[in-house]
Amino acid sequence: MRILKLILKNSLRHKLRTFLTILGMSIAVMAFGVLRTVVEMWYEGVEAAAPNRLITRHAVSFIFPLPYSYREQIAKVPGIETVSFANWFGGTYIDKNKFFARMAVDPETIFDVYPEFIIDAKELETFKRERNSCIVGYEIAKQYGFKIGDIIPLDGDIYPGKWEFVVRGIYKPRTQSTDATQMLFHFSAVDERMKVEMPGREGLIGWYIVKIKDPNQAGTISDQIDALYKNSSNATKTETERAFTQSFISGLNSLLAAMNFVSFVIIGIIMLVLGNTMIMSARERIQEYAVLKTLGFSGGHLIGLILGESLVISAFGAGLGLFLTYPVVATIAAIVPKGFFPYFFITPTTLILSATSALSIGLLASIFPIQRAIGTKIVDGLRHIG
Amino acid sequence: MKIPMKYIIRNFRTRRLTTMITVFGIALVVFVFAAVLMMAYGIQRTLVATGSPDNVLVARKAANGEISSIILRNDYNTVLTLPHIAKDPNSQPLVSGETVVIINIYKKAGGLSNVTVRGVAPQAFTIRPQVKIVEGRQFTTGAREVIVGASVAKNFVNTAVGEKITFGGDTWTIVGRFDAGSGFNSEIWGDNDQLQAAFRRQGGYSTVTFKLDQSDAFSSFKAAFDREPRLQQFEPKKEQRFFEEQSEDMALFIRILGIFITIIFSFGATIGAMITMYAAVANRTVEVGTMRALGFRRRSILTAFLTESLTISLIGGLIGLVFASFLQFFSISTLNFSSFSELEFSFALSPSIIIWSLFFTLMMGFLGGFLPAVRASRLNIVNALRSA
Repeated sequence: MRILKLILKNSLRHKLRTFLTILGMSIAVMAFGVLRTVVEMWYEGVEAAAPNRLITRHAVSFIFPLPYSYREQIAKVPGIETVSFANWFGGTYIDKNKFFARMAVDPETIFDVYPEFIIDAKELETFKRERNSCIVGYEIAKQYGFKIGDIIPLDGDIYPGKWEFVVRGIYKPRTQSTDATQMLFHFSAVDERMKVEMPGREGLIGWYIVKIKDPNQAGTISDQIDALYKNSSNATKTETERAFTQSFISGLNSLLAAMNFVSFVIIGIIMLVLGNTMIMSARERIQEYAVLKTLGFSGGHLIGLILGESLVISAFGAGLGLFLTYPVVATIAAIVPKGFFPYFFITPTTLILSATSALSIGLLASIFPIQRAIGTKIVDGLRHIG
Repeated sequence: MKIPMKYIIRNFRTRRLTTMITVFGIALVVFVFAAVLMMAYGIQRTLVATGSPDNVLVARKAANGEISSIILRNDYNTVLTLPHIAKDPNSQPLVSGETVVIINIYKKAGGLSNVTVRGVAPQAFTIRPQVKIVEGRQFTTGAREVIVGASVAKNFVNTAVGEKITFGGDTWTIVGRFDAGSGFNSEIWGDNDQLQAAFRRQGGYSTVTFKLDQSDAFSSFKAAFDREPRLQQFEPKKEQRFFEEQSEDMALFIRILGIFITIIFSFGATIGAMITMYAAVANRTVEVGTMRALGFRRRSILTAFLTESLTISLIGGLIGLVFASFLQFFSISTLNFSSFSELEFSFALSPSIIIWSLFFTLMMGFLGGFLPAVRASRLNIVNALRSA
């Protein structure tokens, strides 16, 4: 107990320095937390992927469409519950900065394969009935003020021309990692117009979403689906939703690696700040350490004193830093348009990582001063001038 | 009277470890700051270099990138009727209707990634003279042959000259490797008619690029373009501008994130500098008192400590910049949000990045050193001399 009191007294001897160190550390811990959150959010899509969903897309790349006629054939593969599909519509809403995902889908099945999109039964009924209607995610409805009955005009690129859809429902996310930023409308509305305006482009969908009964069968079912079209000019590639999402992120690997690297540089900086303070304190107290040793305190006591002080400061820094991370992340989530980052929240991994790295820094920062304190002979210590 | 610079330098030697730690901290911050700006600038420079100043690219207005743009053959023919399109000696227009798609290839580093495949007309090489074959030969018109950009050959498996790749239901022979020193290096080029057929895209092009007959004719071409009622859904842009816009999302993302992070942890480094300087002042109280007693003025003391702090930060900043400049030898390949395909670029240093980094460095030194220097200059002579 006494030693604890001494540790606290020691850390308060240079109030300004301790305060600055804690402040510096907390800001760095906060920066680390925010950066980790950005990195983690890229992977969150992978983590949130349902194990019982497969994605079947064109083997060459996802920009090539697949014939609608595959749907029935795929449905015949054993172990499949529902086959739905989606089509990336693209286009522009007002201007290119107002970006969110717009998909032409099958209104009958899309909410069956995505149970995490929560939709009112009545709204869904209306959506199914009216061909020019659409359902928007809660987050974009909030951002752009879409209400039921509003008309959303789109300027098409992949599907050229002007398009208008009436909002007939707003879906809510089931968990915080559910993407509530999509706009969904009838594939048939798009397809009918293609048939008239650009013959040859009808009956083509983007990718199939296959809901399977047993997640353990994913590999077998994927192979069976791909085998159906192996020798066709529109060969398919089927993989779990997780692998599909992963492949999107893998292109960004080098960027994510750079961000990871920077986050470790931050740790390095925290260490320098704390290390500097500890080294200074130890240098100033070399005489005291010598006195303590003369009085009979062992090396263990000195280690406890220095390490304790370092840990106390780093604990305060980490605590304050984590506390600061929340409002900062919340502000970023509010500023960044939802279409770019569907969700932005602090994961438990980030918290644990921030806390453990801050504490291990507390440990590391004390090594050098401890070495000095123990290594200095009593006589030299007593003779030392600051 | 001024306090000699020598005094300031000597102090670094006395507190070697603390000074080194502070210098190192500032060097790290400046390194990351410069690296981030260099990355964003590298992307921009690579894509700006992709376009030629005399070329114009026509795409669909609502399209975010080339892959989502569609120009039907009729509209293409309408574009050809407009004035200011350069002609070759045989009075053929210097225009390349191009089909742009993405295919998946395995990266050498592992994992599938997206590669842009561009079907070009023979004129494409006249309007883009920077595209040079560095190995093998040009593809033959009418054959299932392609040439690969230098970055593709470097980063993707089985893309060396002489190998074959399969896509669009066909096998294509790689007959050459080209270097354009720009974003085209991350693409695969082939004969447009062949690629259109393979991808069943005969109905139209993705984009149309042509050379202007005079460098300054863009505005009068655009005026003629805007008057044409059949082309209302399309938009001409200078090729350079078009590709620069392709870099904007990515560059913005990196810049915002990078600047946010560096500014935050520059606080850390500033505080580090402040701690060091406060300690320097505290340890030298007697010295300061002596100097004051010798007749040095408060202002000289303030200047001396501030100079010390600025020198520490400047040394750190220069070290950070030197290390950052080595990054220019590195290039990274990543997915570009706008084109949705892989783009290789190198870190690029610009004078403005150097100036910003140094400005940033001195800011840290100044903010970190000012308060401690004020404290030193305010010390009371008698108390300071007595404090030992």
